[in-house]
Amino acid sequence: MSKLTDLTMAEARDGLAKGAFTAVELTSAHIEVVEAKRALNAFIVETPDLALDAAKASDARRQAGTAGSMDGLPIGIKDLFCTEGVQTTAASHILEGFKPPYESTVSAKLKAAGAVSLGKLNLDEFAMGSSNQTSYFGAVENPWKKTSDPKAKLVPGGSSGGSAAAVAARMVLGATGTDTGGSIRQPAAFCGITGIKPTYGRCSRFGIVAFASSLDQAGPMARTVRDCAIMLGAMAGYDPKDSTSVNMAVPDFEKALSGDIRGLKVGIPKEYRPDGLSDEVAKVWDRGIEWLKAAGATPVEISLPHTKYALPTYYIIAPAECSSNLARYDGLRYGLRVPGKTLDDMYKKTRAAGFGTEVRRRILIGTYVLSAGYYDAYYAKAQKVRRLIAEDFRKAFETVDVILTPTAPSAAFGMGEGTDDPVTMWLNDVFTIPTSMAGLPGLSLPAGLSSDGLPLGLQLIGRPFDEETVFRVAGVMETAANFTAKPEGV
Amino acid sequence: MSLDKATVRAIAELARIEVKDEELDHLAGELSNILTFVEQLSEVNTDGIQPMTSVADITAPMRADVVNDGGYPDKILANAPEAAEGFFTVPKVVE
Repeated sequence: MSKLTDLTMAEARDGLAKGAFTAVELTSAHIEVVEAKRALNAFIVETPDLALDAAKASDARRQAGTAGSMDGLPIGIKDLFCTEGVQTTAASHILEGFKPPYESTVSAKLKAAGAVSLGKLNLDEFAMGSSNQTSYFGAVENPWKKTSDPKAKLVPGGSSGGSAAAVAARMVLGATGTDTGGSIRQPAAFCGITGIKPTYGRCSRFGIVAFASSLDQAGPMARTVRDCAIMLGAMAGYDPKDSTSVNMAVPDFEKALSGDIRGLKVGIPKEYRPDGLSDEVAKVWDRGIEWLKAAGATPVEISLPHTKYALPTYYIIAPAECSSNLARYDGLRYGLRVPGKTLDDMYKKTRAAGFGTEVRRRILIGTYVLSAGYYDAYYAKAQKVRRLIAEDFRKAFETVDVILTPTAPSAAFGMGEGTDDPVTMWLNDVFTIPTSMAGLPGLSLPAGLSSDGLPLGLQLIGRPFDEETVFRVAGVMETAANFTAKPEGV
Repeated sequence: MSLDKATVRAIAELARIEVKDEELDHLAGELSNILTFVEQLSEVNTDGIQPMTSVADITAPMRADVVNDGGYPDKILANAPEAAEGFFTVPKVVE
């Protein structure tokens, strides 16, 4: 049965359609891997019984001829999506035990398409982190190992670290992620898989635990570009329950994979090659440019002059929105309550015990930049710079069709590294945050290995709601990259 | 910007998070570093630039002002740390 977990989502879909195996067989094979790889700590909650029931129902639908676009395909759900009756924690102590009475729109759409959830995947607490080390339920381990030190445990990136590790370790065919500043793309790069943050507004945010509402966006993580296209098709779509959800038809993303990018102009932003950029990252990027040239596209040097301000802008806007969104955790209606003498005392004790240090740090920064007398100097200023960052991209897309950059400044690093200084940790997202600020689609795909045997990712950025071009170019790059390396034990 | 302990205590009070006195020095240093980092935005000329509140180029949609959900208090209260007789309960707030 182990072979079944080596299939891509598209191959599994076709195998199910042909009757080569059943959804129950496919699901059972993946559950075995989930159990065998518990040491990675990718899941917070496993739901094998629910999964097998769902797989049986899927097989029945297939018999009846009513199978959906993802029927019988085992996936994982980042534990930031509310799932009816199944604990949803955002990897925080403050939500431990919370069983939502409703389902997020994205996970409901995946269920409606027939996908089989194997459980809830670990993440950084409230999606705040770039290494999945801030989870209350423990850090996630990257299944990849350095050739120079195979015993060293590496981080999977974050915040969607459980999703990335589970997909890379063949526990699931795909997983949902969310991306606020790089939380799909950076872990995808660290774990050698593909992930796309679609355009802001493409997927409904309803039922996703909110972090920074003007930036949060759900997207798929899987092992191939085609698999991401299949899964995004099932996740996307207008939802009246999210006022920022955009009422546009969802294209057939898989059809966009024509393999033909002749004549496309690919922007290469000079600001993404700062002094001190790792040679290995620069080399992979150069190789990516050559692949596109060979396929008939034209690289064009562009300038995104406000790039260096994206990170400081993000670290005003995201904490400000988080301090507001996380005000709801008050010990009253759900989750943790620590008793206090007064109502205020209960709030303060509950929130002190319930939030981890990174979350507390961001709430405090956010509270400060929104407080009377500082709002204009910090928050309003950041919103203005955000417009300049978005304008940089708008102008660039007047001359190019897509932009190619590295996904992250390095390969996966060791557990425990980079946790002393929050600002150093934030530099992981230096190439992904500008895209988030502008709300644009961004995809990361594995493009090669470092000299130490670790995956390195490249990022493709597209025009608003032009995920199709991003997928089309990514498909060509995937073929050229021919990334066949696998993590240990797969 | 360098924050002192009193300011950190005031921020924590606003955020309703209890912070121990012995943590204040460390937090003040950490938060000051972050503020110094973000203050590089002051070198950007933003004269005449409108703050960007949303990337979604849409106007806020309107919907009918009608009750379209609800009627299941037990479901709503199921996750409450403490509830009684169909209500959330809190420590006494009126003296």
